[in-house]
Amino acid sequence: MSEKAIKIALAGNPNSGKTTLFNAFTGLKQKVGNYPGITVEKKSGKANLSEEFKAEVIDLPGTYSLFPKSMDEEVTQQVLCNNENVDYPDITVVIADASNLRRSIFLLTQIIDLNMEVVLALNMVDIATKKGVIVDVNLLSQELGIPVVAINARKGKGIDSLKETIISSIDKKPRFSFLEITKLFKGVIEQANKIRGIENNFASFMALCKQKLSGEINNRCALNQLCKKEEIIPERAQAKETVNRYAQIDEVIKVTVKKGKSIGKYLLTKKIDDVLIHSVLGYVVFLAVLFLIFQAVFSWSAYPMELIDSLFVDLQKFTVNTLPQGLLNDLIVNGILAGLGGILIFVPQIAFLFAFIAFLEDTGYMARVSFITDKLLRGVGLNGRSIIPLLSGAACAVPAIMSARTISSWKERIITIMVTPLMSCSARLPVYTLIIALIIPADDYFGFNLQGLVMMAFYLIGFLSAIFVALLLKFIIKSKERSYYIMEMPSYKIPDWKTVGYTILEKVKVFLFDAGKIIIAISIVLWFLSSFAPGNKFDQIEEEWAGKADSEMHISAEKLEASYAGIIGKVIEPAIKPLGFDWKIGISLITSFAAREVFVGTMSTIYSVGDNDIQSIQTRLSDLKNPETGEAFFTPAVGISLMLFYAFAMQCMSTVVIVYRETRHWKWPVIQFLYMGVMAYLSSLLAFQLLS
Amino acid sequence: MQNLAKLSIGSKGEIVQISDNSLEQKLLEMGCTPGEQFEVVRKAPFGGPIAILISSYILSVRQEDARSIAVKVIDK
Repeated sequence: MSEKAIKIALAGNPNSGKTTLFNAFTGLKQKVGNYPGITVEKKSGKANLSEEFKAEVIDLPGTYSLFPKSMDEEVTQQVLCNNENVDYPDITVVIADASNLRRSIFLLTQIIDLNMEVVLALNMVDIATKKGVIVDVNLLSQELGIPVVAINARKGKGIDSLKETIISSIDKKPRFSFLEITKLFKGVIEQANKIRGIENNFASFMALCKQKLSGEINNRCALNQLCKKEEIIPERAQAKETVNRYAQIDEVIKVTVKKGKSIGKYLLTKKIDDVLIHSVLGYVVFLAVLFLIFQAVFSWSAYPMELIDSLFVDLQKFTVNTLPQGLLNDLIVNGILAGLGGILIFVPQIAFLFAFIAFLEDTGYMARVSFITDKLLRGVGLNGRSIIPLLSGAACAVPAIMSARTISSWKERIITIMVTPLMSCSARLPVYTLIIALIIPADDYFGFNLQGLVMMAFYLIGFLSAIFVALLLKFIIKSKERSYYIMEMPSYKIPDWKTVGYTILEKVKVFLFDAGKIIIAISIVLWFLSSFAPGNKFDQIEEEWAGKADSEMHISAEKLEASYAGIIGKVIEPAIKPLGFDWKIGISLITSFAAREVFVGTMSTIYSVGDNDIQSIQTRLSDLKNPETGEAFFTPAVGISLMLFYAFAMQCMSTVVIVYRETRHWKWPVIQFLYMGVMAYLSSLLAFQLLS
Repeated sequence: MQNLAKLSIGSKGEIVQISDNSLEQKLLEMGCTPGEQFEVVRKAPFGGPIAILISSYILSVRQEDARSIAVKVIDK
């Protein structure tokens, strides 16, 4: 079979229905990878064109031309213009929106001019006809010199005939080039062809315009000299090409499209926009949408999360009792199952968040969000689309960071990823609750509960520090890309539920299989640290307590103290003493790396509370005395210092791993870990020294 | 010469020239070629971006970028 598998590349403008067509082609046989060395996501999948023809389909990043303006668009250029690229297609399918033909076929005609096999899939011809834009498909095919197929990707119409056309068009180049580029630059293109040793006019033109095509490093010098000699300024040449190409496209449109431009068809979109981008209502609606998303990620997902949690607790109990006692049992229960449960617990939040995001993207609302928030957020180096990750970060940073992908500017995406973990996530909540109850009296001040006020203050600290760091990073991070805000505002449409479903599935898969592996590995390391001690310390402890009252509780407390985690806790004690922490808190800081809420569990073990509920830990901790002063250990100074530490420190391995997964570089999570650590240390130090 | 940023909602015009080089290329590719007609349809609150209807779709650009787009107003 494999000899008949061909490579198909899908290209098109953003919002042209490219992803819908990709889904229609490949169904569930998709995979998400990365292009080597860069962060751009590579979506590919397998499709059956006919009984004997199989195809590998690559969904190229959406672009308006072959001259890239961003990293994503560069991928499209590199795949299509470099026939040595591993993904270079046997045939390219360009998808274009029929009601927006003029701009959509600009990219198409550039691809035609590269003299490669190409088919035009004209999307939503039926809808365009209803809007009063009638496209003569056959005439268009004649004018362009390539096959054109009318489809409706959402309804699955025309897909079969598109497949047939693809099979019959393999090895058939376009009948003529669209724009005679040689006539625009007399003699120059021919000379460039000679330098490059390839007879491809448009590719040579692109190379002349300083585009990095294959083997250009060797020819760069000669091409630059040619530009100088012929007085070609790349920017001007490119503008000339574009203007002339559009002039020719306008000629084609004139004969193939009837009743051309009609403004009336935007009536519905206009009415919706009257509300959604209104100077007051627009923000009210946006806040309501944000609130709904927050509710979903924070509250709705709590039910499936509890279900997963109790499932794993049962599974752990079952394993403890069924498998023979010993090291393997402990590894499976406290290492692997705990880690696995810790990963699966994120799935509901990821699913809910991406259900909303896919829905908002697909309806066209996301473009409006950027439109009304661009001015407000650009000042701090963020983007209109950063709002969703930031707010979701208040529930959980993991899905939030994954959602930063919708930000097209690399710099703004990185800044968003870097600051999102500062938002107060739900895992900090149990830590805050415990400490606030210890140190803040439950009094009312001016009708407000003081404990509630402190809690709110810590949410505010998270948000303000995120904005502050974003502002700093805006000046620190250098970017070659210019921040553009030149965006299409697509017409509103009813979302395609399949696309929403595929998006959720894809994100959950990426998290489970890409990040999951590393998270399991780290949780095994953490398990090892807290379950092993040098020498036979554990045996000694067990012997000592054998037969005594409450032995189990004391044994686990002393074991934790003797373990490697305990040793590390004691080693770092001198470093954290100025913050008001002892080695017991030190151990909790280390085990918290699995997830912040583990703090509560570790504290209960180390202070041998026996019971895991917050109430009993609280009474136990409030009775605790400072060995040096004899007064209560948890003074407000210690409590505030500890809370500030949890507010800033990057104590979440899942976030570290997902930042690596999303940036494809260990550099970013390492920088993030360090800067957040420094912030945590300094603020705790300052707070403790000032307050005590 | 007028620039796009100065037009109010509802005004129609045609693109004359784009003076910022890198902006020019991006806008040209998206169909804002000299002579192309458009209508201003939206302006975002607080001096945010401006949206125009051009080549049968809505395009939005920032105010400061709109200043480098020279336009000719077409009387109704």
